Amino acid sequence: MRGLRSPPTLVFRFQTPVSTTVARTTSNYLGETEMGSKGVWSGSSDAHLLGEIERLKLEKEELESRIRLLQAQLKPQGAAGEEQSASCSLSPLSCPPINGTALTGLSLEMIHRYGRHLLLPDFGVEAQLKLSRSSILVVGAGGLGSPVAMYLAACGVGCLGIVDSDIVELNNLHRQIIHTEAYIGQSKVKSAASTCHAINSSIKLVEHREALQVVNALDIVSKYDIVVDATDNLPSRYMISDCCVLLNKPLVSGAALGLEGQLTVYHHNGGPCYRCLFPNPPPAAACQRCSDSGVLGVVPGVIGCLQALEAIKVASDVGEPLSGRMLLFDALSSRIRTVKIRGRSPLCPICGENATFTREVFQSFDYENFTQSPMSDKSSNSLDLLPESSRISSKEYNKIVNNGEPHILVDVRPAHHFKIAAMPNSINIPLSILETNLSTIDSALKQADQDSGRCADLYVVCRRGNDSQRAVDFLSKNGFPMAKDIVGGLQSWARDVDHSFPTY
Amino acid sequence: MHLTLEFGGGLELLCGSVKTHSVDVKSEPGEHELKMRDLLSWTKSNLIKERPEMFMKGNTVRPGVLVLINDCDWELCGGLDTELEEKDVVVFISTLHGG
Ligand SMILES: [Zn+2]
Repeated sequence: MRGLRSPPTLVFRFQTPVSTTVARTTSNYLGETEMGSKGVWSGSSDAHLLGEIERLKLEKEELESRIRLLQAQLKPQGAAGEEQSASCSLSPLSCPPINGTALTGLSLEMIHRYGRHLLLPDFGVEAQLKLSRSSILVVGAGGLGSPVAMYLAACGVGCLGIVDSDIVELNNLHRQIIHTEAYIGQSKVKSAASTCHAINSSIKLVEHREALQVVNALDIVSKYDIVVDATDNLPSRYMISDCCVLLNKPLVSGAALGLEGQLTVYHHNGGPCYRCLFPNPPPAAACQRCSDSGVLGVVPGVIGCLQALEAIKVASDVGEPLSGRMLLFDALSSRIRTVKIRGRSPLCPICGENATFTREVFQSFDYENFTQSPMSDKSSNSLDLLPESSRISSKEYNKIVNNGEPHILVDVRPAHHFKIAAMPNSINIPLSILETNLSTIDSALKQADQDSGRCADLYVVCRRGNDSQRAVDFLSKNGFPMAKDIVGGLQSWARDVDHSFPTY
Repeated sequence: MHLTLEFGGGLELLCGSVKTHSVDVKSEPGEHELKMRDLLSWTKSNLIKERPEMFMKGNTVRPGVLVLINDCDWELCGGLDTELEEKDVVVFISTLHGG
């Protein structure tokens, strides 16, 4: 192929008059060709037209194959994605192949691939060029990060970095659409990068298979122009925002839970940072997580798509980014409302006028302690509320069942959890209404006493073993001192006793 | 005074899972205006059915709650001292962190 390097230019030039003719002719008949394939032209007496169309189609195919050949020779400059360097520095020459078409700065391949962007008067060549010269870091390859990464890859950002330490799990595939079953158990970043590469092999992809933390955040984030927060927890949100202020990077922040989503752009165009808006973290009890509260898969999908859009707008300098405003999405009522939020606060400890927050302070800042919540959607602070004597393991409880010892089992999960799966003979009294339903427990116990002629015991279970402790703590102070909780809840029952019990 | 109060981001769970409340709030006798601080305490005693500490801390909303008056951050209108007007829409929204 090397030998062909110079002739193709000649061939191409030589062919130009022909392709002009073709273009003019096809423009007359293009619509009809499409109609013809739908059968509108069948039975037409004008055989000449059909013949002409056939001839032009063949000519078109031939031209396209020549274009492909020429594009293949441009590849070496465009296929930077093959490099696996952990850097995203885009030298002006490295990413967009400038030598493609000198007039626009976009290569032939790029003009072809992004043609529909170039047709937009509000976007066009200039915006596409800016996009192709920008580098964007997506933090989190989950429900939000999936559409973000896919769209950013597809739209042709110069360099796309993805950072996450999690592995692909089956119970996340309902919303993390970038991953497939084949990647279960493997790195999310590896899986996401492979999907992105399959969508667009001409962009540079950088895999950061690690959790973004204070020790590596400055180093990683500094290599990019724009950051997308697609994480699933509060301490990461504070950390990413603080890091973006320190490095002066715009931050496209999205969040989703249940049937609602939120979106805004921080630290951009005089807008606030996360701390301007939320100087103090909420109480840990207010931090609901997808793994506890649930999330409809498409909801983070919607927010993630909008995050990709905002990132594209910031990168290409098009439109009005969502800075100083926040978009609130309510899936149940199909409502999107955009509200005006406060600007940058002069008193903000991070981005304010007298801020003393430095890189050194950042690197030793304990975000988990600051927010009192873990940097993960999965690990939960397990509660230790009760004395040993008020607790029982799932295996011990199994013995009690097998020995037929008189007892009642109260399941304090919400009613919709109880409907998913429940232990035999358990009574569902959600923790939120326990206080007003003590009489139910009382009469169930009396019934069990009567049936067995002995004094029945009281056990409490929940999903993971936290709410059951709260319930036992309350019960023991309100007339049921014998109440015990099953350590680890239904999760431990499924793990240690009944492997066929559903986990969710 | 007729107002619409909305709760989102999980705060609706504190008021019987109802997101939108159409309410009539009377200002204190002798007072002509209704301020946000009055509305907060009215809301706490009339709409919040459980865990009030998830709604308020001290005399204001707890950290992590955004208050919007007619789609505008209350920090831009005067916070607790904002005077409410007939038919105002006040939204209380808890910030989300999931993804
Ligand atoms: Zn700030």
